[in-house]
Amino acid sequence: MNATTTAHLDDTDVEAFGAELDRIREEIIAERGESDARYIRRVIAVQRTLEAGGRVALLVSLFPPAWAAGTAMLATAKILDNMEIGHNVLHGQWDWMRDPKIHSTTWEWDALTPAAAWKHTHNDLHHRWTNVVGRDRDVGYTILRMSQDQPWRPDHLAQPLYNAALAPLFEWGIAIFDLEFDAAVQGRKTWRTFFGELRGLASKAGRQIGKDYVLFPLLAGPSALSCLLGNLTAATTRNLWSHTIIFCGHFPDGTQTFREEEIEGETRARWYLRQLLGSANIEGGPLFHVLSGNLGHQIEHHLYPDLPSNRYAQIAPRVRELCDKYRLPYTTGPLGKQYRQAWKRVLRLALPG
Amino acid sequence: MIATAWWGRRLARAAEWLTTPLLPDDYLGLVNPLWSASEPCGRVESVRRETADATTLLIRPGRGWAGHHPGHHLRVGVEIQGVLHWRVYSITSAPDSPDGLVSITVKTLPGGRVSPHLGRHTAPGTVLRLGAAEGDFTLPFPVPPRLLLLTAGVGITPVMGILRALAARDTVPDTVLVHSAATPQDVVFGPELRELARRKAALTLHEHYTRMHPGGPGAGARSRRLTADRLADLVPDWRERDTWACGPVGMLEAVERHWAQAGIAEHLHVERFRFATTPAGAEANGPGRVRFTVTGREADAAPCVPLLVVGEDAGVPMPSGCRMGICHSCVARLVRGRVRDLRTGRIHGEAGDLVQTCVSAAAGPVHLEL
Ligand code: FES
Repeated sequence: MNATTTAHLDDTDVEAFGAELDRIREEIIAERGESDARYIRRVIAVQRTLEAGGRVALLVSLFPPAWAAGTAMLATAKILDNMEIGHNVLHGQWDWMRDPKIHSTTWEWDALTPAAAWKHTHNDLHHRWTNVVGRDRDVGYTILRMSQDQPWRPDHLAQPLYNAALAPLFEWGIAIFDLEFDAAVQGRKTWRTFFGELRGLASKAGRQIGKDYVLFPLLAGPSALSCLLGNLTAATTRNLWSHTIIFCGHFPDGTQTFREEEIEGETRARWYLRQLLGSANIEGGPLFHVLSGNLGHQIEHHLYPDLPSNRYAQIAPRVRELCDKYRLPYTTGPLGKQYRQAWKRVLRLALPG
Repeated sequence: MIATAWWGRRLARAAEWLTTPLLPDDYLGLVNPLWSASEPCGRVESVRRETADATTLLIRPGRGWAGHHPGHHLRVGVEIQGVLHWRVYSITSAPDSPDGLVSITVKTLPGGRVSPHLGRHTAPGTVLRLGAAEGDFTLPFPVPPRLLLLTAGVGITPVMGILRALAARDTVPDTVLVHSAATPQDVVFGPELRELARRKAALTLHEHYTRMHPGGPGAGARSRRLTADRLADLVPDWRERDTWACGPVGMLEAVERHWAQAGIAEHLHVERFRFATTPAGAEANGPGRVRFTVTGREADAAPCVPLLVVGEDAGVPMPSGCRMGICHSCVARLVRGRVRDLRTGRIHGEAGDLVQTCVSAAAGPVHLEL
């Protein structure tokens, strides 16, 4: 943590800052209703229509325009499923509707990792311990060195390579990461649980792979190969996209990491402060925000992980105003810039120091 | 027939592999909500005002509807401001009615949230979620030869389902219906009941009015509640009849006592309306006590202690994660009672809700499915 960014605030200021953020939360909760419900249902309907359309087009993908259209539709569907729908539903953002099907406890997504495993590492570990080195496993996903507070090891020299390889295989990376092999080795998780979860992953991944790379190509008959290629392209596009967005959430210049001793006795207001200092936004238009699951509003998402994502755009200017008022940084920038800076960090921290 | 069903099931299973992680149903429901069997729905076809505060909704059930028996009730889910609310209503239509519709009759409760919405603001075309038909207030088979139906107010609703089913048959058993309402105009299904009694010789209808205008017909003698003596006058052979009773709690208690005293409690069937919510304020202010329905444990709960901690202290295996209200790992189903959100102080909760136990405390007695 860079102590100078918050040195001008004493405890009362921080608590006042937290209280103002609480108020925004309460206002949104009081306001959310029919239009929000309509929004998520519409996104789900669009996603399912695109997926069905894409799959049908790929059945006849020997015809090149069908391949192009099918692949594009399927890639978009997969991106919507993972980002604006899956990620946010699994956060419990739509639990308030009481719809048993659009609920964090019942939702399953088009990704290799089972929703339950991801909810634990993401909702609990990452969002509670955001950017705390040694606690938030998302700081480098246990293989990359993304903070100077992480001790350097020689294998970090290869981390630009790891990261480049991780991008197209992102869903595999997440699936393996969610198993928490490291936790089992260190005894934080029993081997019994680990193998249980491994079985869960195998069955989920088996169904996903069977559908994309066996069943639909078989159904496509003469178009089998082009269908398989289309599915592979769609999945890879989704992986590259989600890796890019997530990579820009906490690693651009200005985002801070924290040491465990810095967060001892942290109050709710200080937790807010850490979420703000540890996250970075990406600027873009409405379509960009939908396709990125509104994670371009990473700061707002981290302050309010369970408020409906369609509200982040409305909250953002108010959070920004608060940051001005309390003279706190608000890290944001266009996608290209954020992405370059995150990569710069990977390269820089591959080297010791 | 059997072979087609077998192939149908096979095909459905195969289709699941193509739609995983979703169900084929999720796509069907997208085209038409009525096609979803995993989430049964119905569409309101028409709305009929019965009395000043009772409204009948005629609903076309979708693919997930498995039919009902006369006297059954069902859960109806309606979305109000984006939030799904469930309430239980008796089915007032006969099974397999020729138009294929299922009807419920909603009494608008003043100050209620769901019943005014259903009764006054539900237009034809609205899609409602439907639970399965259930309940044990049903006629046995064969139908007993002599029946007494004892109802008050909207207590007529499950009995109307029974009467309509009986009326659809060739032979109606010897049936007496004694119905209480405030005034003749308040009798839900009044015209239909009177017409039915005229048409079917075996059906006798006694209407009892608890509130008549002074000087009006029947004022004085017939005002106030129906008493046991009055009932004995109207139906001298009430002891020999199998009886179905539905009405307000006070009436049902009196009836149960009376039948028990006569030593014929086994002749009596009652239907109690269950309300999904614990009335706010009434119980919500009482001392907090939590019952964990799965493990069977119970514990006192202070107003500021999260249910999560109450459960852990009582030795219940509680799911948890962040313990600060952000991860939703700790959600548990509320079976009854209401909870206080410790972040805002807001009291909320309806039976069936999933609540975050780490940021909720008991507001009065609470049952949690854990
Ligand atoms: S334990 Fe995370 S929300 Fe309750």
